[in-house]
Amino acid sequence: MTRPSDEAMLDAPFRSAAPAGRAGFGALLKSEWTKFRTVRGWLVALLVAGLVTFAVGALSATGSKRECAGPDGQPCAVHIPPVGPNGQSVTDRFTFVHQDLPGDGTVTARVSSLTGDGAAPEPWAKAGLIVKADLTEGSRYAAVMLTGGHGVRWQYDFTADAAGTTGDAAAPSTAPRWLRLTRSGDTIAGYDSADGVSWNAVGTATIPFPGTVQIGMFVTSPDHTVTVQRFGGTETNSEASQAIAAFDNVAVNGGAGDWADTQVGGDDGGPGPTPNAGFTEANGTFTITGSGDIAPAVAGPEGNTVERSLAGVFAGLIVVMVLGSVFITSEYRRGLIRTTLAARPQRGQLLAAKALVIGVVTFVVGVITSALTFWIVGAIRRANGVNVMPVSWQTDLRVIAGTAALLAVSSVFALAVGTLLRRAVGAVTITVVLVVLPYVLAVASVLPSGAAQWLLRVTPAAGFAIQQSTPVYQQVDATYLPSSGYFPLSPLGGFAVLCGWTALALALAAVSLRRRDAAA
Amino acid sequence: MEPSIEVIGLRKRFGSTQALDGLTFAVRPGQITGFVGPNGAGKSTTMRVILGLDAVDEGTALVTGRPYRSLHRPLTHLGSLLDAAALQPSRTGRNHLLWLAHSQGLGVRRVDEVIEQAGLQTAARRRAGGYSLGMRQRLGLAAAMLGDPPVLMLDEPFNGLDPEGIVWMRGLLRSLAGQGRGVLVSSHLMSELQDTATHLVVIGRGRLVADTSVAELIGEASGGRVTVRTAARSEATAVLAGAGATVSSSDAGTLTVSGLAAEAIVAVLTRNSVPFAEVSAHRASLEEAYMELTRDSVEFVAAATQESAS
Repeated sequence: MTRPSDEAMLDAPFRSAAPAGRAGFGALLKSEWTKFRTVRGWLVALLVAGLVTFAVGALSATGSKRECAGPDGQPCAVHIPPVGPNGQSVTDRFTFVHQDLPGDGTVTARVSSLTGDGAAPEPWAKAGLIVKADLTEGSRYAAVMLTGGHGVRWQYDFTADAAGTTGDAAAPSTAPRWLRLTRSGDTIAGYDSADGVSWNAVGTATIPFPGTVQIGMFVTSPDHTVTVQRFGGTETNSEASQAIAAFDNVAVNGGAGDWADTQVGGDDGGPGPTPNAGFTEANGTFTITGSGDIAPAVAGPEGNTVERSLAGVFAGLIVVMVLGSVFITSEYRRGLIRTTLAARPQRGQLLAAKALVIGVVTFVVGVITSALTFWIVGAIRRANGVNVMPVSWQTDLRVIAGTAALLAVSSVFALAVGTLLRRAVGAVTITVVLVVLPYVLAVASVLPSGAAQWLLRVTPAAGFAIQQSTPVYQQVDATYLPSSGYFPLSPLGGFAVLCGWTALALALAAVSLRRRDAAA
Repeated sequence: MEPSIEVIGLRKRFGSTQALDGLTFAVRPGQITGFVGPNGAGKSTTMRVILGLDAVDEGTALVTGRPYRSLHRPLTHLGSLLDAAALQPSRTGRNHLLWLAHSQGLGVRRVDEVIEQAGLQTAARRRAGGYSLGMRQRLGLAAAMLGDPPVLMLDEPFNGLDPEGIVWMRGLLRSLAGQGRGVLVSSHLMSELQDTATHLVVIGRGRLVADTSVAELIGEASGGRVTVRTAARSEATAVLAGAGATVSSSDAGTLTVSGLAAEAIVAVLTRNSVPFAEVSAHRASLEEAYMELTRDSVEFVAAATQESAS
C-alpha cells in the first residue's frame, strides 16, 4: 500500500492499510485466550490448582490406613468385599437352602412366619425364593421375598428393587405370604399370592444364566443401625441382627438333587458372628435362620467411595475461583477494561467469551488433574488397605468429568461475581463462602446433618454432588451422610443448582456490565 | 468532508458535578486538533463518551458519522490512547498488542509493524510492568495505530516523555495528520501543542470555551503589538505617544507599543532621532494566546480556581 505524499495529501481522504475482514465471536475468543495465556502467573495458578488437588488427596490417603488386630495381636483376615455384576461393591451374605436347577423350572413356597431374634424383624430382613448363578459372592441372582417391614419385594442383581402387588407402604403385607419364582430360558419371573390360588406377577428380569443354577429359599437380616446426630459429628452404631423364617408348602419343579444349605458370604463376612445360622426341616416346614444382606454396598466405616480420592478438589477449586475472578477484576484494577471495551464494545459478548475461555481452560486442566488424582490416590488408598468401593467404569468417568465440570463452572461463577463486584477480594470471598465453605462444613461433619443437607441443597456447593459415585438405595437402611459421600440431591440435580447460581450471576453481570460506565 | 469526530450537546453528571455541560465540537480529518483545558475540565470524560465507554445523559458522539459502539472492528475506525498505564504488568508489550490485534481479526504481522513504527523493538518482548512512562506511551500509541485507523484520539500523549520523545511524538502526530487522518490530542499544557496542533478546542467545566484555528488565535492574541528596545525610554515613549500609539513598558529598555505598525514606529523614532536597538512585531506564543483567551472565561477561571484549591 502506498500513500500519497504529505504535500499532495491535504484534501485527499485517508485510506486505511488495515486488511479488510471480519472479526466475529471467534476473533473475540482468540483475543481472550491470548490474554489468558500471556500472563505467566495465571498458567502457574492452573498448575497449582492441579497440584493442591492432588497433594491434599494424597496426604489424606497416606494418613488413612486401615489397621486391624486380632485378639492375640495378630493381623486379622481382611475381608475383601465382593463385586456385583455391574462392577460395583455389594453385600452378599445370607443363608441359602438350595438345589441345582439345570434348566427351566419353578419353586413355590409359603413364608408362614418371619421374626427377628426374640424381637420384631429388621424392616429389611428378607425371607424368600432366589435363583442364583452359583454360590459365590456377587454372582447374579433374582429373588422374590417377604421383608420385615416393606412387604413383598422383587429384587435382582443387587441394585434392582420393586414392590410387590399386595399391600402398600402404609400397610405392607406380612406373613403368611405365598411366593413363586420361575425360570424360563433367560427370563426369571416372581409372583406373590395371599392364598396360593390366585397369583400376581411381581416382576421379571432377563438374566442369561449359564446352564445349571442354584434355586431355593434364603433368609438374611441386615445390621441394626442406630445413628445419633449432634453438633460436631454423627455417631453410628451398628450390630448384627438375625431373622428366622418358616417356609411350608415348598414345591420345586425341574430341580435336581437334595436340599443343601450354604452360608453364602461365609460367617466372617461382616461385623459380628452369625450364631445359629442354618436350617432345620420338620414335616415339610423349613425353618431358616440368616444374617447379612443381599444388597449394594453402602459407603461408611467399612467402605469408602472412589471419589474420596478427590477430597482435595475443594483446595483446587479455591485456586480456580481466584483465577476466574482475577481474569476480569485485574482489568478493572488496571483500567485495562477500557481498552478491552474500546476494542470490543459488545459487552455481553465479551462476558460470554471470557466465560468460555476460563471455563474450557479449567475444564481441560480439571480433567487431567482429576483423572491423575483419581487413579494415583486411589492406588495409594488401596495399597493402605482401604476398601475403595468399586463402581462401574462409566461411573468412574462421570466422577472424573464431573469434577472437571465442577471446577469449570465454579470458575465461571467466580468470573461472573468478579464482574459484578469488580474487585477480586470480594469476589473470591463470596464465592469461597458460597461454594467451598458449605461443602467443607458438611463433609467434615461440623454441622448437624439436617443443616448440612439443607446447605447442600440450596448453596452452589450442591454441585459437589456430581462426584457422588454410589446412589442412595431405598432397599438399604443406612445413614446416608455427606461425610460418607452422600448428597441430598442427585449428581445432576446438585450440579444443576451450581449451574443455576452461575447462570444467575452471569445474567446479573451482563446487565451491570451493560448499564454501568466502564470505570475502574 | 465528513468530520472525523463529531460531538453534539454532550451532558453528563457525576453525582452533583456537571462533568459535561452541552459540549459541541468537531474534529476534521487531515489536521491535529488540540483538546485543551485544565485538569478536571472534562477532556477525559469526553473521550470516554466518544469511545462508548461512558453513557451520557444527553447528546451524541459520532466517529466518522457513526456511534462508536455500532462500529465493526472499531480499532480500524478510531485508534485511541486513554491511559498508558492501563496494562497487565506481567504481560509483554508485544502480547498486549497481540490480543488487541486478535480482537480485530488482525494478525501478528500487523503487531510487528506497529512495534517498529513506535520504536519499541527492543522493549516489546519485556514485561510491560517494567516499562518507563515514555515506553508505555509508545506502546499505547502502537496500540492506537494497530488498526491503521483514519481517526486517532490521544489523551495526554506527551505525559512522561523526555524532550527527545516529545519531538518524536510531535513528528509522528504531524505525519499521521499529513496522511489525512483526523487527530484529536488532549493536553492540560498548551505549550505541548505548540507547533503541533493546527486547530484548538478549549473547554472548561464541561463547556466549550473556544473552537478556533491556531493561526487565528495567535493573530488575535498578538493584537498588532510591537516590541521596542531602546536606551532612551522616556523620549521614545513621548514621541510614540505623540504619534498616537499606546505605550507600556515591561522592563527597563523595553517598550510594548500598540496602535502603530512596526514600519511607522521606525519612521517616527528616526524622524525624532531617538536611538533604538530593536523594533520587532510581537508574536504571541500559544501559551500567551491561551492565557489571553481564557482570561475572561468564567467557566475556565472557576475551573482553574477549583483545580488549584483541590
